[in-house]
Amino acid sequence: MTGGSWERRETTVTGSYAEKPKTLAELRQGIASGRVKAADLAGSYFERIEKADPQLNIFLSLTRERALEQAARIDDAAAKGDLLGPLAGIPVGIKDVLVMRGAASTAGSKILKGYHPPYDATAVARLESAGAVLLGKLNCDEFAMGSSNENSAYGPVRNPFDLDRVPGGSSGGSAAAVAANLAVASLGTDTGGSIRQPAAFCGVVGVLPTYGRVSRFGLIAFASSLDRIGPFAGNVRDAATLLSVIAGHDPADATSSSAPVLDYAAESDKSAAGLRIGVPSEYFGEGLDPEVRQRIEQGIDALRAAGCIIKPVSLPHTRYAIPTYYLVATAEASANLARFDGVRYGYRSPASATLSEMYSHSRDEGFGAEVKRRIMLGTYALSAGYYDAYYLKAQKVRRLLAEEFLRAFAEVDAIVTPTAPTAAFKIGEKSGDPLAMYLADIYTVTASLAGICGVNVPCGNTAAGLPVGMQVLASHLREDNAFRVARAVEAAHI
Amino acid sequence: MSTKVSLDDVERVAELAHLKLTPDETQGMLHDLNAILNYVAQLNELDMDSVVPLAQVSELQGSGAASTLRGDATQPSLDRAVVMREAPETSGVFFKVPKVIER
Repeated sequence: MTGGSWERRETTVTGSYAEKPKTLAELRQGIASGRVKAADLAGSYFERIEKADPQLNIFLSLTRERALEQAARIDDAAAKGDLLGPLAGIPVGIKDVLVMRGAASTAGSKILKGYHPPYDATAVARLESAGAVLLGKLNCDEFAMGSSNENSAYGPVRNPFDLDRVPGGSSGGSAAAVAANLAVASLGTDTGGSIRQPAAFCGVVGVLPTYGRVSRFGLIAFASSLDRIGPFAGNVRDAATLLSVIAGHDPADATSSSAPVLDYAAESDKSAAGLRIGVPSEYFGEGLDPEVRQRIEQGIDALRAAGCIIKPVSLPHTRYAIPTYYLVATAEASANLARFDGVRYGYRSPASATLSEMYSHSRDEGFGAEVKRRIMLGTYALSAGYYDAYYLKAQKVRRLLAEEFLRAFAEVDAIVTPTAPTAAFKIGEKSGDPLAMYLADIYTVTASLAGICGVNVPCGNTAAGLPVGMQVLASHLREDNAFRVARAVEAAHI
Repeated sequence: MSTKVSLDDVERVAELAHLKLTPDETQGMLHDLNAILNYVAQLNELDMDSVVPLAQVSELQGSGAASTLRGDATQPSLDRAVVMREAPETSGVFFKVPKVIER
């Protein structure tokens, strides 16, 4: 650790817990050569977590035994000169909506307290097969419903750059873990912005893969037509390496794509010169913080200087994306969360004489306020007499939003926007007003609805030292383009 | 689409969703649902008579998203003992719930 002591200081960057991890390439080379033992590296991360996490609240549980067994296997393989996986010995954290065999998996909810799933999510298993050392489960908004991590039943994560601010959400723990170097990389999930927005607030790289690019087997579902799993890392190339590991068809997920998986890290090495970049004016209107705008404009200037062709594009239905998203997502959530009934796993209310009471008491006591609000909204939107007016209408607008992206991508290779309208806000600032919180996702929900891919890449800081993130969007299965553009922004050191 | 939600609606929807809300929660929900539905009513500005709903992005040309089912073949499943261990109450073979039918 470079910053001196771990104790809490006031809200300046000097009191920050932020520290970039070493790159995958550096760490892996050390491990392969035997200079660094994977077991020592894992041990040093567990020490860092013990010191810092009482303040940051990033980890919900640690999987120390499994991590140390894996590290020992990697060290043995390295000593024998065996071929090592691309993530050999790399300490990684997992958002707690992804299941890990035998490890507590709460989804940030009381209703799953004490649940130990009997299997691994495919993305988790693929990381481990590639050599990753799994440190533990990361805090998040309950069932991934939130934009600030304040909806976790286990308390909010604090932003490593400023402990009074939110890390973003719902994958707040996944972003903060990398920002504070309590993990070299992590997995998160994104339904309406839950990877990109916390990555922006915490100054790290976060990837929204194309819908279907990564298997969701073992993901505790929120909204199935939107949910995606993606990586966080300290730099674009490392995030690209992780995506190549977790992407690809899985017979256990019927929505997973069988399109070939590229070597995204190698793709990201290619120059962005000559790529056509679209800038949609709809993402630079009212509500955008002037400092954020300034940084994103600097990022666009850097892309122009790197040889990209900057063009205006029009996405006129953007302003309808939030209402559309909150109808589609809540309708699907109300169906997905019906499975939490106190029968097969998780919490059962003790005071129930009948089956019906057992369901409703268990659910009322087990779910938090935002989850209930979304179940109620979704149930209402799907109920007899309202289906056409709400859910069906939202699905129609969804098509308009998707088609206007496809039209734009006929003319440009990538689209750049701010990831969020502001830098990280204060804990408590929006928690009393659900609509204000939903608007934190105003620039991210469009790509979610259209199924396209995107990357958040850090793009400078505000005067107060808070990170600003640029969102780089690309068409279906064109993660290569998003990574190339993100690399060019990263290289500009804004 | 900007129908106002009543207290009766909230109670009916809570019943459909198997949520036993406290009186405080019911009042809060009434306020929040009306605020959110009032906000989403802006979708009424759009004329969408000729638009086909999009349920899954796999319906879009070139999205790459699959919707294929695996073969209908028997595969090993999770061990019953391991699964039963996670349930609040079981007989070891079945999940147990409060009595459904009075005799």
